[in-house]
Amino acid sequence: MSRVLMKGNEAIGAAAIKAGCRYFFGYPITPQSELPEYMSKALPEAGGIFLQAESEIAAINMVYGAAGAGARVMTGSSSPGISLKQEGITYCAGAELPCVIVNVMRGGPGLGSIQPGQADYFQSTRGGGNGDYRTIVYAPASIQETVDYVMEAFDKADIYRMPVLILADGMIGQMMEAVEIKEPNKIDLPEKDWATVGTKGKRKPNIINSLYLDSEKLEQHNANLQKKYNKIEATEVQYEAFGLEDAEVVCVAYGTTSRIVKNAIKHCNDNGIKVGMIRPITLWPYPYDVFKSINPKAKGILTVEMSAGQMIDDVRIAIEGRLPIYFNGRCGGMIPTPASIVEDIKKIAGGK
Amino acid sequence: MEEKIIIAGFGGQGVMAIGKLLAYAGMIEEKNVSWLPSYGPEMRGGTANCHVIISEKLIGSPVISKDATAAIIMNLPSLRKFENELIPGGKLIINKSLIDQETMRQDVDVYYIPANEIAAELGNSKVSNMILLGAYLELTKAVSIESALEAFLKVFGENKQNVIPLNRTALLKGGEIVKEKSAIY
Repeated sequence: MSRVLMKGNEAIGAAAIKAGCRYFFGYPITPQSELPEYMSKALPEAGGIFLQAESEIAAINMVYGAAGAGARVMTGSSSPGISLKQEGITYCAGAELPCVIVNVMRGGPGLGSIQPGQADYFQSTRGGGNGDYRTIVYAPASIQETVDYVMEAFDKADIYRMPVLILADGMIGQMMEAVEIKEPNKIDLPEKDWATVGTKGKRKPNIINSLYLDSEKLEQHNANLQKKYNKIEATEVQYEAFGLEDAEVVCVAYGTTSRIVKNAIKHCNDNGIKVGMIRPITLWPYPYDVFKSINPKAKGILTVEMSAGQMIDDVRIAIEGRLPIYFNGRCGGMIPTPASIVEDIKKIAGGK
Repeated sequence: MEEKIIIAGFGGQGVMAIGKLLAYAGMIEEKNVSWLPSYGPEMRGGTANCHVIISEKLIGSPVISKDATAAIIMNLPSLRKFENELIPGGKLIINKSLIDQETMRQDVDVYYIPANEIAAELGNSKVSNMILLGAYLELTKAVSIESALEAFLKVFGENKQNVIPLNRTALLKGGEIVKEKSAIY
């Protein structure tokens, strides 16, 4: 298929359908409303079902139901709507149900603004719901990457039987770029022999549940979940990194912010300051190990986010106190400027 | 080649539309493109703008920040908001029909075009945006007029074939205006 010019939100929908998603339950919210709008037209054409739920909470519980029946299913929302879905997400994690959840982030807290934000990092990587659970979190930086990771997300959700999050922001949702919706990779997926699709009188009923009243059984269930999460931490980390070995300064940023940072880095490299970059693509599992490749004589690390500083906690964990860490962040829908990042890099490189 | 253009005006003037045309036409010509809209609670009559980048290289930030190579400005609030986003020597195309003030920038290449009057002469006031786009394309050759018209059908639908001649005329008219600089008021 050739390239087409698509809005991020619409491209997410197109990629999901290409990946075999046939069920979408959602509720509109800016800046992701074009996703349910697209699905309301395209899913019925693909033989699937789009349903606008009466609320975000209803939508995530419909996801729970469809996933329990073994379907490929998606929901999407933006920050405050994702907050409402947290109960359903932890239930999906507890019941080990595969599903894909899209968060097109806006400014917070509360109803916040409708402009782009990245302040849901804690919620996404530390779990907004209760209990010891994790979700794989992909943070794409372009619309092509968004499309590719939406497809991958469905496979990972099925392989690990868990919710997978696509963490975009209002810019990704609203902007248009040329994109190619490729054929999905054919991989062997485990059979969904746990799904509630009817016994036909031939086996015991499958039960989808996250309630374990027997503490020993719940501890064992948690141990199994942790084993799964450990495996994901060992095998599913993805990132982009360059210029670390001889860097004077290393920038860390994800999603659309990373593209603004790249403009600043190019300016600095052209002006004789060696600046490297780490761009986490999976926010969980986080690429802690790549930070070990950073030049030990670097002057410092600059973390840039559209938040008051959330990912910076993971940078601190990764750096283990070896280098000073600085922060450049904007909140509430404001976007960091390349000029301010260049200024910070110069200060750090100059030892100020 | 890397064109970074801001298009701004009132909602309803076709600000987003000509941005989409540019981006689509760039894609037709195998270039890298991005189209980043302002979005918000504004509707017809409110302010609207978009950032379009057309580049032979991979596009970094889709946000244009003090590095616009060109701007098409269709109302006064947008002139004041965006004139300082241009690089020195950038092209500033202003709809003189709706803006009775001049730019405060001394270091940019400015064109004041009475787009609404010219559109009225062509018989359809809706094409004032296409006249300004035509001026931009003549000045920068960012994409060809043929690519822009091909993009028109992709963006607005193949059934819009009947308005292609009018839009072609509008694009060419905008181009002629900036070619004969004396005609710029």
